[in-house]
Amino acid sequence: MSFWSRAINLFRGERVSREIEEELATHVAEGIAEGRDPAEVRKALGPALQTREESRDVRIIPWLDSLRFDFVFGCRQLVKRKVTSAAAILSLALAIGSCAAAFRLIDAMLLRPLPVKDPEQLYDLTRHLIGFDGKPTSYDEWAYPAFRRMRDAVKDQAELIAISSNLTVELTYRSEQEMEKANLAYVSGGMFDSFGLRPVIGRLLSASDDLTPGAYPYAVLSHDYWARRFGKDANVVGRTLRMDHAVYQIVGVVQAPFTGTSPGTVTDIFLPAMMSGKTERDDATWIRTIARVKPGTAIAPLQAKLNAISHAFEEERAKHFAGMNKVQTARFLAEIVALEPAAAGVSNLQGDYRRSLIALGVLVALVLLIACANVANLMIAQASARAREMALRVSIGAGRARLVQLVLVESACLALLASALGGLFAWWGAPFVVRMISTSGKPIQLLLPADWRVFGFGLLLTGAVILLFGLAPALRASGIKPASALKGGDDVHARRRLMHGLIAAQVAFCFLILFVAGLFVATFDRLSNRPMGFSADHILVLDVIPSRPQPVVVWDEVADRLRGAPGVENVAIASWAVFTANSMNNFISLHGEPPGPVLTYFLNVSPGWRETMRLKLVAGRDFRPDEATPGAALVNETFAREYFNGENPVGKSFLRGRTTVPYRIVGLVADAPYRSIREPILPVAYVPFRQVDSAGAPGSYGRASFIVRTGGANPLALAQTMRLEVTRARSDFRVSSIDTQEELNRGQTLRERLLATLAVFFGCVALLLAVIGLYGVLDYSVLQRRREIGIRLAIGAPASRIARTVTIEVFSMVVIGAVAGLGLGFGSIRYVETLLYQVRATDASMLALPSLILFAAAFLAAVPAAIRAVRIDPVAMLRAE
Amino acid sequence: MRRIDSLQGALDLLVLKILSRKPGLHGYAIMSAIKERSGDVLRADEGSLYPALHRMEEAGWLRAEWITKDQRQRLRVYRLTPEGGKHLSTEQSRWQSVTSAVNRVLRTV
Repeated sequence: MSFWSRAINLFRGERVSREIEEELATHVAEGIAEGRDPAEVRKALGPALQTREESRDVRIIPWLDSLRFDFVFGCRQLVKRKVTSAAAILSLALAIGSCAAAFRLIDAMLLRPLPVKDPEQLYDLTRHLIGFDGKPTSYDEWAYPAFRRMRDAVKDQAELIAISSNLTVELTYRSEQEMEKANLAYVSGGMFDSFGLRPVIGRLLSASDDLTPGAYPYAVLSHDYWARRFGKDANVVGRTLRMDHAVYQIVGVVQAPFTGTSPGTVTDIFLPAMMSGKTERDDATWIRTIARVKPGTAIAPLQAKLNAISHAFEEERAKHFAGMNKVQTARFLAEIVALEPAAAGVSNLQGDYRRSLIALGVLVALVLLIACANVANLMIAQASARAREMALRVSIGAGRARLVQLVLVESACLALLASALGGLFAWWGAPFVVRMISTSGKPIQLLLPADWRVFGFGLLLTGAVILLFGLAPALRASGIKPASALKGGDDVHARRRLMHGLIAAQVAFCFLILFVAGLFVATFDRLSNRPMGFSADHILVLDVIPSRPQPVVVWDEVADRLRGAPGVENVAIASWAVFTANSMNNFISLHGEPPGPVLTYFLNVSPGWRETMRLKLVAGRDFRPDEATPGAALVNETFAREYFNGENPVGKSFLRGRTTVPYRIVGLVADAPYRSIREPILPVAYVPFRQVDSAGAPGSYGRASFIVRTGGANPLALAQTMRLEVTRARSDFRVSSIDTQEELNRGQTLRERLLATLAVFFGCVALLLAVIGLYGVLDYSVLQRRREIGIRLAIGAPASRIARTVTIEVFSMVVIGAVAGLGLGFGSIRYVETLLYQVRATDASMLALPSLILFAAAFLAAVPAAIRAVRIDPVAMLRAE
Repeated sequence: MRRIDSLQGALDLLVLKILSRKPGLHGYAIMSAIKERSGDVLRADEGSLYPALHRMEEAGWLRAEWITKDQRQRLRVYRLTPEGGKHLSTEQSRWQSVTSAVNRVLRTV
């Protein structure tokens, strides 16, 4: 019987048996009509009819009963084969757990709708344009006046909401000395109403808080923060908090579980956008604009309308642009506004990790498929051992559906146990990954609830797994022909073909995982070994905030104090450390020409900063203490190449933006990354920390970083001393955070580290599973062919030939699988390309490594089976027959 | 004369032959026909007739359909398919050659 009619019969079973029943009933009726004795006619039909009639009314109960029996029997079968069952359960548990953990992360980061009213109506206003570097780029930050104009123009079709991204700020509920950190977002007051959110206590902000800049010193807390910081104290309403020398009154707490619209960070405090001080500036792009599109509104016309308004706004603004040439202005004005669905919120973290998480999700899904193939092979091999049992069941009257049920229930026992274990693994795994990509400076707060979404996914996954590895063996078992199976001559070849096909699939997936893992490892390796130009070890970075901006002399005073502390080698000041995502840029002009098209990046540093960072001086000298910004600059080699064709620029001058005081280049330093380790070296001009304005008055800083080079092996050992020294030097100076430069460097490669670590882990798991699968199939085929091998040995076949006969089929499967995996690998390149750094997927080494590992592993798996085959004793084997 | 219950592989042949003469018989009628035509010597056992009918249907030699008799009783009746006709003729000639061979043996030994 074909596979197909077997599968169909499985589902038509009920109808088929009903028809048979009816046919037999007419038979009895005919017999009676002919005058035969009713009892005799029934008896002649045999027991079939009787049992059918008896069970018609109580069909469901025997079914449940048989299910229970199958469950007990299945468990007993699992217990009987402890080692194989444990291996199957553990490998499945690992794979299911990884899939569930990946789902939790992907769901929390990318899919879960925001806990607000009708999240599917939300869109993020994004602009697409050609960037300064000539490549397509997009961003979704807006100036408040542009937002206001768009909001007013489309208010009939959509409600527009302004939300800043989360800022980590320092604030206090008591005195200046008790500063603490909190995440804050500026929002347009209408947000709460539009999101359908209610206060738990007090009131929320409303559209009437959107009118006058600086007029609404009110704060709303998130429920999460209220519980965490205030223990749900109802008296919190009316209390005040101080931040940036301004006082805000807490007016209410918003209902749980809303914590802002940026997955990956939680908002503790919501302030009215009007309090940001930036609402009237058309040159500060700092808020996201979320649109709640009214039902029935077409997106395209709305988009066009928003585009026109934004375009008019930017055109007006571009009239006053300084330092941008025509091409850039044209590119800038050619930007297109798009409404992008934002039901799950929008955050930078989503952009950073979207592809990585999906890539990991695919990897774990492949591991799951490999594990399923393994278990399926195991079950098929066992089914052959149980062929006689099945044949016996068939010959004493077990139906096809009943056998399928028996084998499927056994699979379900296995899968359920594995899922339970996997659930535990996912419970631990998802937060583990979040910790891996979190740093102290940039913590990731991802809500990972275990609710019906996660549970439902787990159930679906378990069901899919049961069908994946259980259905083929079940149908095979049910299709058994009692006569041939009892005789011991079942269709061995068909079974082996299926097992070999599964092996090829396993190898293909395993190759793909190893290939991708290799790419990620190479990327991580290249990024972390990228020449830095400076030396990060022994460096401590102290971010310091005075209670009010202080002139440079005061900062120097504190630096002097730190220099005197034991264990300190050198101290310098910079407006910020490198790799802190802070940067400042401008266009520069040479020889009085208009500004060029390339952005130059600026960093204010004190004299000695270069030496503290061990940044190599190529030519010229460091700053002198009397030099100030504007007036002098150290430039890097890329700067020299960009503007001076690589000639020594020392002694030359440039103008910054539209300013008129020239910067004279006093020194040339080696190239070093500034903002990000992934981007090419930027043209950088280091300028003196000391600033003077056009009137000659000294400038002051509201925050800056001390760069401390320490003598000890562990710079963090000095952290507490440094903190104390700063406050001792100036009681109004406060250290807001302490990091080592190494930690900041490490923060640059978090994503790559995560991908490399997890890909290698899953690569190892996949390889292990594939090896186990290969070993199992080889072992099984030797067992199957032991008679044949015995005869071959008896008539004098050499051992090498036997080993080859046994392994050749499986090895050809490995080759086919590897080739297929290679194809898959090449197909997947363009999806992972953006995650790679200076790694070419077509490099010979990238392809050779997984192939080598795979073949070595296959060889290792084949050795025991080959030895076993060669060791078969022909005499014993032939006698046994 | 003893009645022969077991038809020893000839059941298929008998059923096909009967259906080739009288298409559209139901199970009971086929059973009765075998009994009648063989002069009450051959008897198809119910326990083997229905499985044989289903087997031959699955093999594609027979086609079954439901008809309604007297507007109340539903009957499952069988017809020969072209394939079944072909099978019948090969089986028939095979049977004849086998029986004649057996007869030859019985005569000569």
